[in-house]
Amino acid sequence: MSLPSRLVELVSALRGHGVAVGSSETVDAAAVAGVLGLADRERLRAGLAAALLRGEGQRPVFDAVFDVCFPLGVGSPELARDQDWDLDRLRDELVAALADDDGDAVGRLAGIAVEAFGRYGGGFSAYEALERVRPQTLVARVLAESGGGGGGFTDRLERDEVRRRVESFREAVRTEARRRTAEARGRQRVLEHAVAPSADRVDFLVANRKQLAELRRAVQPLARKLATRLAARRRRANRGHIDIRRTLRRSLSTGGVPIHLAHRRRSPARPEIVLVCDLSGSVAGFANFTMLLVQALRDQFSKIRVFGFIDTVDEITHLVHTGAANPDSLGARVHSEATLSTWDGHSDYGRAFRHFAAHHADAIGPRTSVLILGDARTNGADPELAVLRDLLAPARHAHWLNPERTALWSTGDSEADRYATVVPMHECRNTRQLTTLVGKLLPT
Amino acid sequence: MTESGFFASVDDVVDRLAARGYLASAAVATTVFLADRLGRPLLVEGPAGVGKTELARAVSAATGSRLVRLQCYEGVDEARALYEWNHAKQLLRITAGRDEGWEAARADIFTEEFLLARPLLTAITGDEPTVLLVDEVDKADVEVEGLLLEVLGDFQVTVPELGTIVAKRKPFTVLTSNATRDLSDALRRRCLFLHIDFPDAELEQRIVRTKVPGVDEALAASLVRVVGALRAMELRKAPSVAETVDWARTLLALGADTLDDDLVRQSLGVIVKHQDDVTRVRDRLNLSEAGR
Ligand SMILES: Nc1ncnc2c1ncn2[C@@H]1O[C@H](COP(=O)(O)OP(=O)(O)O)[C@@H](O)[C@H]1O
Ligand SMILES: [Mg+2]
Repeated sequence: MSLPSRLVELVSALRGHGVAVGSSETVDAAAVAGVLGLADRERLRAGLAAALLRGEGQRPVFDAVFDVCFPLGVGSPELARDQDWDLDRLRDELVAALADDDGDAVGRLAGIAVEAFGRYGGGFSAYEALERVRPQTLVARVLAESGGGGGGFTDRLERDEVRRRVESFREAVRTEARRRTAEARGRQRVLEHAVAPSADRVDFLVANRKQLAELRRAVQPLARKLATRLAARRRRANRGHIDIRRTLRRSLSTGGVPIHLAHRRRSPARPEIVLVCDLSGSVAGFANFTMLLVQALRDQFSKIRVFGFIDTVDEITHLVHTGAANPDSLGARVHSEATLSTWDGHSDYGRAFRHFAAHHADAIGPRTSVLILGDARTNGADPELAVLRDLLAPARHAHWLNPERTALWSTGDSEADRYATVVPMHECRNTRQLTTLVGKLLPT
Repeated sequence: MTESGFFASVDDVVDRLAARGYLASAAVATTVFLADRLGRPLLVEGPAGVGKTELARAVSAATGSRLVRLQCYEGVDEARALYEWNHAKQLLRITAGRDEGWEAARADIFTEEFLLARPLLTAITGDEPTVLLVDEVDKADVEVEGLLLEVLGDFQVTVPELGTIVAKRKPFTVLTSNATRDLSDALRRRCLFLHIDFPDAELEQRIVRTKVPGVDEALAASLVRVVGALRAMELRKAPSVAETVDWARTLLALGADTLDDDLVRQSLGVIVKHQDDVTRVRDRLNLSEAGR
């Protein structure tokens, strides 16, 4: 296939995955390919990324698409063609390659794994290959093989390093399976269906474990970004109030003409924030992520209190606070240490709000901003709109973030539309929306 | 107007930057080469301390061109970024020439002599090859982006009282951002985009050994491994290249040739700044308590 048509394919696949690529970027990409040529694939990758991408969040999608449109090679890997590979041999060689941290060898073995163990329904499946090879079970062998280091300080790092190498083998298998499937069944199909959406567009409600772990890793960078944004907004809000006395005093140096305006410095009390989170299974991933994010933003608030519920409310502030050090187990600890449900584990919003009003109403005062997190699916029980209205009445602000798409709000047992008459409700399906909402809604 | 035309090839970028102590990854070298060839500004994004500012400095040093730097901050405005009239000097000139008419005075005070050029104007005037560094654009207010777009669009500046000043040579332009806010799409579209992340272990070891020549290979390798482990820990502030280099200097000053618990515990403050992070790192690295 010619270079221009390859580029067109790359661009339209990117667009299909939500990366806004305009015609001027496409022209740039062509210019880049013209300057660099096709000889060095990694340089071409870097150059095209420079022309086509507008943010690092788009990079994983770009890489996956690039690997399909500009494949590393054709057909089955050299080594796989003329040798007999059984599972034991592959695993032995993988152990050796991982122990030596030999990236090239790991890449070659990924190719063999897909060829020998990843055939599936006319194409190739990374899942199939990884289920057979089970690289995650090799960690102990790799550690033994590399001799546990030389007894130095860095030995303790080795286990995690080996895990990261195993992860990069898995990633290589996924890339290779996409390449081979594209050959066998057409690139178009792979570009449309086999490329995962960028992390900030992954739906909270359908994210798998790996994606949730990835989201948790995004908490700190996201929090830093939001903190700067909130601080800037706070400073800007304070600007604009002119301090007459200081302005006149300054004007002495400019012959009495007030050229340099002095602004009043106000140090507003930082707001208090109360999170009320539905922690039932269906939405827990979303709630956990948001709790961690708010916790990471704690410097921005004078006080944070977090309440979780399923059908009963319990304060979990202390768990979120200590849980931030180990976010992976936060969910499990909340469920084992707090009383969220006295019934059958289905959320009952009405009951939870009644319970909140009876036991924790004093948490909400004139300086409080309340964020309610949940899908408003109350399993047929009375939503208790009036209770919620009274509960939120004293608050400075209140918002509801709903991880379901707006189109689903009035379906089934969702009371979203009715709750939305009491408190502004916002669709919040992924980190991209959450970031925008948090930046916009949080008071300064 | 001519393009900068500094570099002959990607390898040329690698070699000449290395000669100035900047070790470019393949992605960095490729993108710098393209920005030079295509005459496009380069927008460099990435966490603090990964060498964004240093990259612009290294390009200027490697190509013997002058470096003009606009450091952005909240509230930076046209008068600070582009130009302003030297009011004091204008007033003096008017009071000095009391006898002449206003018309004559006005014709005189709105000339280049009374113009204070700021970095953006400075960068497009003059014949020398120039690297323009617009550092930490994300700190400036959004309005400044409009200004940048105008200047970076056709590399000319219109001063109403003077006319239009057109660059004779396009400066090689680098904008940096720590991504604390999202830059406008319009500005991004003007630029080639480069994300610099923490370097891989091999590159970081080379950087350490270039910056701190006294550190031996084994020690450099171990400390880069530890820094890599810290970056995987989701700290509030992950250690950057600058901190790796500082740590290497500290260890050298302490006369260390291998890492051990005591040494890491004592010097941890050099790479990890937040108290929360220090606690977490001690815990995760099993750093034994002092004196045990
Ligand atoms: N690739 C590199 N080659 C050489 N030195 C580097 C490199 N990357 C980072 N550094 C070092 O890191 C330090 C911090 O870089 P700097 O440009 O100030 O970071 P940034 O502008 O990204 O915050 C520099 O002093 C430089 O010594
Ligand atoms: Mg800098």
